[in-house]
Amino acid sequence: MDVVKTILEKSAKEAEKYKSVEVNKLVSIDLGALLAEDLNPLDPGALRSSTNDYLLNLTRDNTQLLFNQIWELPTERIDEAIVAKLPKQKFCLPRFKPVPRPRPLTKWEQFAKAKGIVKKKKSKLSWDEQLQKWIPLYGFKRSAALKEKDWLIEVPQNADPLEDQFAKKVEAKSEKVAKNELQRLRNVAKAKNVKVPRFGLTNPEVSSAKDLQAAVTVAKSSTASLGKFQDKLPKEKEARGVAAITPGATRKRKLPPISGQNEKNQNLNLVDEVLNKRPKINIEKAVARQINDEQAQRSDEKNRTGRKKGLRKSGGGKKPKNTNRPRKGKAAGGRKRR
Amino acid sequence: MVVIQRVVKATTRKGKKVLLKKEPQVVEGPKKALFFQGRRSSEKLRRLAKDLYDLKKPEAQMLNKKNDITIFENATPVEAFCKKYESSLFVMSSHSKKRPDNLVIGRMFNYSLLDMVELHVEAAEFMKDFACSKIALGTKPCLVFNGPAWEETEVLKHLKSLFIDMFHREEVNSVRLQGLEHTISFTATPEGKILIRSYKVMMKKSGCRVPRVELEEMGPRIDLTLRRSKLPSEDLMKEALRKPKELKVSKKKNISVDGLGTTHGRIHVGKQEINKIQTRKMKGLKKTTDEKKLKRAAKRTTDNNNVNNKVKKQKLG
Repeated sequence: MDVVKTILEKSAKEAEKYKSVEVNKLVSIDLGALLAEDLNPLDPGALRSSTNDYLLNLTRDNTQLLFNQIWELPTERIDEAIVAKLPKQKFCLPRFKPVPRPRPLTKWEQFAKAKGIVKKKKSKLSWDEQLQKWIPLYGFKRSAALKEKDWLIEVPQNADPLEDQFAKKVEAKSEKVAKNELQRLRNVAKAKNVKVPRFGLTNPEVSSAKDLQAAVTVAKSSTASLGKFQDKLPKEKEARGVAAITPGATRKRKLPPISGQNEKNQNLNLVDEVLNKRPKINIEKAVARQINDEQAQRSDEKNRTGRKKGLRKSGGGKKPKNTNRPRKGKAAGGRKRR
Repeated sequence: MVVIQRVVKATTRKGKKVLLKKEPQVVEGPKKALFFQGRRSSEKLRRLAKDLYDLKKPEAQMLNKKNDITIFENATPVEAFCKKYESSLFVMSSHSKKRPDNLVIGRMFNYSLLDMVELHVEAAEFMKDFACSKIALGTKPCLVFNGPAWEETEVLKHLKSLFIDMFHREEVNSVRLQGLEHTISFTATPEGKILIRSYKVMMKKSGCRVPRVELEEMGPRIDLTLRRSKLPSEDLMKEALRKPKELKVSKKKNISVDGLGTTHGRIHVGKQEINKIQTRKMKGLKKTTDEKKLKRAAKRTTDNNNVNNKVKKQKLG
């Protein structure tokens, strides 16, 4: 027993030697960010008299609390260093850049998706029967092979015999490349929400009636005299919102009055207009309403007199209004037949 | 003829990499801070900016020239700076007769100003004034906020967020225990002062597993008061705080953990028809021949009835 006692005493003495790690305080701790928030009120006296010592002790206590929690986390040994696994950070911080959005589909990708077209993988080499060798899908070796292959081009039957068919082919290719580049740029602009200026009527399939009208308006004003002497069709309307691309056109927009007198006059006119307004009379409608009213009155009177007669005849039974009409009599006739 | 705006396309592989890196990322790295001066700066501010720069260092950029910027009137030059240096945080120091020893701390979202707070440096002592060994470069500090004032006003809440953003370095999922050697404390006093102290942590034996923490002041020691501030609108802040979908943790269904830490999974089993289950066969439960005959006869009569009914229906039709 003595041995146990001595050991216990020894450990107690040793524990006394060290300062304790206990702190009794309520502090909210975010382990993910190594953050301790102590919202307890500060001691104003100590803060004023010995600021730095007070802050040191306060921070020491809070750091100790933080460390106590960190040391409880699961640890791992990586290259002779003990590493504690931190939970996720609770404190939300704003991002530097917005959340990335998925790239919008290009026009072709959209179309392919709608139609269910799946991209097929092409092999990088293909066998050419004419040359009797494998030619690549792209690259300088392909263009060399094609040059070798097309050393002679047949002139089409109704073509100009002096026309250079090789030059024509080169031009067609460059046109194709330019078109593809334009479409790529258009897709990029669409993805980045940039407004692309109009190029007039590019394609009859995509042009609407509005586009046509705009084109007519612009074309008409594209003469030396800015369309002053152009004839108009009977019910032709000018396109709107094309002032920017119409030569010589200005926007029809009245500037606000500058002088006070001018503004006053305008406002007075407006007030007069409102106050002197008389209701418009639609004569046809008025006459029709009058006739309708009269008819309703007449039929009302008739009904009243008719009911009196009915009372005398049947002695109180409820009867339909127009018993003498031929349609109602039909049903009665049917019954007789049986 | 109007020409379509040229879209920047990288010509080299390296250039492409740089452009890709500048695009918005799902997981963003540590935020860079930019330190620069206004029209004029004082010696105090210069030394303070240097100290803050040292604390923030690998993710910081210091500009030495003076700039004619009045940030609260026009923030566009600062936005341009931050875009150029790809930095989200900025610290501007300026000194004027009207606002002596002025420190503006702010941050950007999407290359435009999110929020900023202007502070007056009342007193400052620097790292060199403290005779104490300094910490290693790039250490993640523990941040301690003291005082109930931090939660009281909107400006102080934003300032707290700014300080955390500035000093927490990066979200990490693990930390080396011996590497916890720096603590920064931010105290908001009831008089409206903000006191920043920076300490080196010394871990002492305590007789148990957790070490006893002792602090030694390392500097800088800064006393600040609030001046002007510009806070973000609610929508902008919400947009900036948005979490990407990829990082959101979706709750897993049908999994539960009980008090002992055992995970239980619940799986779906179709409805059991107890009447039709084949249980253990026993001789005593077997049907006798008479019973079988009866059952067969019953079945036959019902079948006949059904047939008769059908025939009747056909006749009626």
